[in-house]
Amino acid sequence: MKNKNIFISLSFLICLLFSMPQFAIAENQKEEKYNAGETIIEHILDSYDWHIFTWKGHHVGVSLPIIVFNEGKCYTFSSKVFHHSDTYVTVNKTNSEDITFAIPHEGKYKGKVVILNADGTQKRPLDISITKNVLGLFISCTLLVVMFLIVAKAYRKRGEKAPKGLQSLFEWLICYVRDDIALKAIDKKHVDRYLPYLITVFFFIFFNNLLGLIPFFPFGANLTGNIAITATLAVLTFLITNLFGNKEYYKDIVNTPGVPWFLKLPIPLMPIIETVGCFTKPVVLAIRLFANITAGHIVVLGFISSIFIVAQISVGGGIGMSVFSLILVIFVDAIELLVAYIQAYVFTLLSALYFGMASKEHHH
Amino acid sequence: MELISPDFGLVFWMTIAFLIVFFILVKFAFPIIGQTLKKREEKITESLELAERTHEEMKNLQAKNEELLQQAREEREEMLNEARQYRDKIIEDAKTKAKEETDRIVASAKETIENERKAAMTDIKNEIANISIKVAEKILEKELTKDEAQMDYINKIIKETDNQ
Repeated sequence: MKNKNIFISLSFLICLLFSMPQFAIAENQKEEKYNAGETIIEHILDSYDWHIFTWKGHHVGVSLPIIVFNEGKCYTFSSKVFHHSDTYVTVNKTNSEDITFAIPHEGKYKGKVVILNADGTQKRPLDISITKNVLGLFISCTLLVVMFLIVAKAYRKRGEKAPKGLQSLFEWLICYVRDDIALKAIDKKHVDRYLPYLITVFFFIFFNNLLGLIPFFPFGANLTGNIAITATLAVLTFLITNLFGNKEYYKDIVNTPGVPWFLKLPIPLMPIIETVGCFTKPVVLAIRLFANITAGHIVVLGFISSIFIVAQISVGGGIGMSVFSLILVIFVDAIELLVAYIQAYVFTLLSALYFGMASKEHHH
Repeated sequence: MELISPDFGLVFWMTIAFLIVFFILVKFAFPIIGQTLKKREEKITESLELAERTHEEMKNLQAKNEELLQQAREEREEMLNEARQYRDKIIEDAKTKAKEETDRIVASAKETIENERKAAMTDIKNEIANISIKVAEKILEKELTKDEAQMDYINKIIKETDNQ
């Protein structure tokens, strides 16, 4: 009963904090019509500064460094330069002329740093800025490493004694990944090769899913709901699957067993399908994680936004709507907690299955 | 469209960050965790085996105890039986001896009686002989003419002898 109460109040707090930036935005755009879709997408996408809240028309947030490469030269400046003007002019390190950077509000490179050419065209430089997501990534990675080192220290100190505190939580998850994911999918003698990656991936996704649910600085960067993050993880899974694949795995792709010869011989239909399958697997992995997490965030933000949409029509309606929305948001957030775990599990399990398939030894 | 097109910068940093995390964990966290887990698992398995063995030993011990107890019980029974047999034997012996003794006593009594009887007989015979001799003497002493008187006289003598 006590746990239930804590859970409900926590969810409530989360929702309240989720709505905070929304309040700020609504205030900022008082004259304009509130655009729910744009606000939601803005919150899901990456940005060059970390907006925390707006107080009496002033943005409070962290301006992050922009790092871009153009023609082999590196330019670094704070994203603060775009707060007061749309463009930032600096010296071109290649030919000592002026070079203009801007973040367009629309067009192909909307919201990204571009170089404005003299003829008005935009050129996207190589951009490795420390964006909101990159900072969030550093923070979550640091936390993850610190927690793991604390746990490792606990293991060193406590030895064979029963685990305690954070150690028991981590041990449960580690053993879960090892026994219920890795050992079930991969041959026992190959498990050790893949286990470190599986544990890292599981913790990384689970941890970032949870941090993504916390709506206040320095958490809440929508990392696992970003296709770049999920795609990178999927590519790593793809590389590990295929680099450590054994001879039989490749033989099965070229000469698929159990299918009639005419599917292989004049036109190598099955080999083509199998090869395509190798590439679709990671794509599906990336999209599944990205879509699940993004969808959850969109739903939560959508319910919050509905408060402001109704409030534009009548204040009383907005108050009524906020109660209704908060209840729904609490519900969705509770589901999101579940999804955070399920998606981490699914990604790890499927990776393990692919590894298992690639390292399986047939005994004919 | 922006939502589903991966940004190079993020991919770049993600790759670096993830690999750093991975290598730190592989170097500093996983080996110690794995080793300890393995050790603990071994310890637990060992402890369980030990418990199993101890249990088995206990069982054996108990069985042994039971066996010993059974043996003791059997021994006691045997001893009791032996004692009973011994007792019976003693009684039997005693009886036999007693019987022998009685027989012997009876036999000796009989012998004595026989002897006495024989002695008595001898005495009687001697007496008879004496009497006969006396009778004969008396007969011879008296001159008897008549058979009747002779007979009477003999009877009188016998009567006298009887009365003696």
